[in-house]
Amino acid sequence: MDPRLVAEPTRLSAAGAPVVSCAGTLPELASVHWRPRVSSRTLTREGRLWTFCTVAVVVPFIAIAFGLAAVKPLLIPISVIALVHAWAIPELYAARGAGVVRPRKAAGGPAERRALGLLGDLVDHPARELHERTGLLLERGALGVWLIGEAGALLVRPRGRRVYCYCVRAVDATLPAGDRIAHLLLALREDEAGFATVANLAFSGAPWRVRRRLAAPARDAIAPGVAAARA
Amino acid sequence: MSRLIRMDQTGHTTLAEWTTEDPASVEAAVAAFREQLDQGYYAVVSHGEGHAEHVRELPLDEPTVILRHPIAGG
Repeated sequence: MDPRLVAEPTRLSAAGAPVVSCAGTLPELASVHWRPRVSSRTLTREGRLWTFCTVAVVVPFIAIAFGLAAVKPLLIPISVIALVHAWAIPELYAARGAGVVRPRKAAGGPAERRALGLLGDLVDHPARELHERTGLLLERGALGVWLIGEAGALLVRPRGRRVYCYCVRAVDATLPAGDRIAHLLLALREDEAGFATVANLAFSGAPWRVRRRLAAPARDAIAPGVAAARA
Repeated sequence: MSRLIRMDQTGHTTLAEWTTEDPASVEAAVAAFREQLDQGYYAVVSHGEGHAEHVRELPLDEPTVILRHPIAGG
């Protein structure tokens, strides 16, 4: 028997046998078996790698800008272009990260209302209220505080200094928005580290970098997320 | 009364309702549960914030069992 399967003797199935649950393992992990399982340590390493890459991109452009201006003032326009690159490239990365929680076209109608009803049953009132206001659902986990959107999730790490933007979605694109969020919420609750392993990391950086690239309603979810992560 | 719910294009659909005192309702729920698993759905029981359980057999004592599609990195 697969050692990851944990039988709970107190719960019975229809056959009178113990219900077999796959405690702590997301079944979707089988489709990304080559990926190392995400942990607090791997997240820290990934975060440092993102910082290193950002510095590695920005510093040469700044050096070129000042170097050219110092060597030949006639080249100042080129220096300005280099500085624009130094600013724009990290901004593009942050925009890519923020894009994971960009809302899709709202379907509306009775299906959406039913989906939101089910989603509302799964969370408490503050989370419902935040979702209604921002479109993102706040869920606390062991790795940090998650802000879940329709096709992605933001992970605010404890102390609130860094956000990880994950691109992840339910495979059925025809689902109402509420159901798409509920899919991600349930998978996250099943296995948080597995969820982060299945998801694709799009960006990692300071919360303010992601916040300013978010659309207006979702932007308001960052502050509660950071506050919850610091609590 | 326990419920087996599938998240789908309609928001969600209640596929079966059962009580342990009614063997016929249990049998129907188990059949519906297995059919959905065969179609590729995953069954989840949510236990509140931070806790949910993936189940492969219908837990008769749970009030709500939710069927979801797989997720994937985008």
